[in-house]
Amino acid sequence: MSQAGAVEVRDVVVRYGDVTAVDGVSLTAPRGQVLALLGNNGAGKTSLLQVCEGFRRPDGGVATVLGLDPVGDHDALMPRLGIMLQAGGVYPWATVGEILELFAGFAATPLDTGMLLDRLGLRGVRRTRWRRLSGGEQQRLALAVALVGRPELVFLDEPTAGMDTEARHTTWQLVEELRADGVSVLLTTHLLDEAERLADQVVIMRSGRVAATGTPAELTAAAGIDLLEVHADAGLPVTALGDRIDAKIDETSPGEYSIAGALDSAAIAAVLAWFAEADARVTSVNSRRRTLEDVYLALTTTRAPAATSITTSTEAPR
Amino acid sequence: MSAGTFAPAPGRAPRGTVVRRQIRMELLLTARRGEAVVLAMGVPLLVLLGAGLTDATNVPGDDRLAYVVPGVLALTVMSTAFTGQAITTGYERSYGVLKRLGASPLTRSGLLFAKTSAILGLVLVQLLALALVGVAVGWRPEFGHVLPAVGITVLAVAAYSGLALTMAGLLRPETVTAGATLIYVVMLAVGGIMFAAPDLGVAGWFVLPLAAHAQALRDALSGSAIPGAIWLSLAAWAALGVTAATRFFRWE
Repeated sequence: MSQAGAVEVRDVVVRYGDVTAVDGVSLTAPRGQVLALLGNNGAGKTSLLQVCEGFRRPDGGVATVLGLDPVGDHDALMPRLGIMLQAGGVYPWATVGEILELFAGFAATPLDTGMLLDRLGLRGVRRTRWRRLSGGEQQRLALAVALVGRPELVFLDEPTAGMDTEARHTTWQLVEELRADGVSVLLTTHLLDEAERLADQVVIMRSGRVAATGTPAELTAAAGIDLLEVHADAGLPVTALGDRIDAKIDETSPGEYSIAGALDSAAIAAVLAWFAEADARVTSVNSRRRTLEDVYLALTTTRAPAATSITTSTEAPR
Repeated sequence: MSAGTFAPAPGRAPRGTVVRRQIRMELLLTARRGEAVVLAMGVPLLVLLGAGLTDATNVPGDDRLAYVVPGVLALTVMSTAFTGQAITTGYERSYGVLKRLGASPLTRSGLLFAKTSAILGLVLVQLLALALVGVAVGWRPEFGHVLPAVGITVLAVAAYSGLALTMAGLLRPETVTAGATLIYVVMLAVGGIMFAAPDLGVAGWFVLPLAAHAQALRDALSGSAIPGAIWLSLAAWAALGVTAATRFFRWE
């Protein structure tokens, strides 16, 4: 098996008329790992997935999936993929059981459909026609259809959209199991907890571009500590500390100081040194690291294309 | 929770199995839309009884049923293989069904073949039913050339089905519905079903596949051979339809 990633995307551009949905994206989804494409609606996630699934040729750049061209090698590639589309895609008048059996019948060694129905809580609606299913049930059936052929690479487009909490956790467990069993997964989501829990690699997309790439830990650690809370004597002249470090400093209540900013080790040392020099009696120091949510919000809501400061490059991770 | 449940073991079932599964699903869904199938036979049935048993229209020759019934059979083939097929497939595309199938081991040619086969099966059942009605009201066909009649009908199904899938692949479902219905009505009027087709000679058989098919069935079921020009015309239409479908049919 080649060392190349399960999915290799280089400088891919997707345009719909005048609108550029994907604007020069490059990424690698390593084999056997879970890569999450994270971004708001309209960030270009689904368009990028469409290219990887071979539904459209990119208007620029190249996508390679399992070493194959998704459009040109469609027939060779499809049996190896499990694809969960975002919506619809099923005969409205067919039942859950009929649909799953149909797709199982296309595969050489399908999974046991009864097991899948049980795992996804669909046993009870086996004889229900697709159009009578709830949104969450339709999603779970779409997931079952994607998995039934024992694929080596799975594309999940917003897999838990419309699911209740229980179904969402079931789905997460399934994705973790897929990974444990050696299946590569590329999923899109706009849920931060989903990305943080499932993904080995996160690619944050914004307006059709990659805003940041890295493991969840890298993305949050690169931002460092962003808040120190120091309890000490009340009324210290903390504004003087502002001359030494670039941070927002407040005495939020008597004796409670907050130092907010991108704090590296030197800045933290400077803060503690200042308190020592001021002969203050420090009773506690708390730090707060940036969460993926902070990183995400910073990247997706500010107007500047912030990217570079946090990006850990798009070059083949390991 | 056994380890390795999802361990990859990808692969396509044998092509024959894949296509058979799809044919079965197509037939199952057709049976589930039974009312639509009956409705598709409704107009032909009305034509059969109306034009066959009354003098409402002028038809060539003395034996009205010998003219009208084969025409109605040809009309039914067009109704199911072209109009019905185009509308159904157009909506399947808008529901994303075709896209979903496109993301599976079923190939494009496999789907086109499965759809055409399922339609062929359905058409044969409908023809049998209408022929029985025809016989019941006094139609007396000859069966000496029934095999060529079946053969020319297979060509017609391939042609209509190919054109239907092409239309469904290129146009929005609403446009497909309107267009396929309009073509059906126009062909019903000028296709030589209720009254004689415009006399364009042999050229007419190449321009109006419905008229050619109807004439072929008339000849075959009255005991004469099907003219070579009609074989040629329908073979050309079939080649055109199938080529266009393989070329223009889209999953999405």
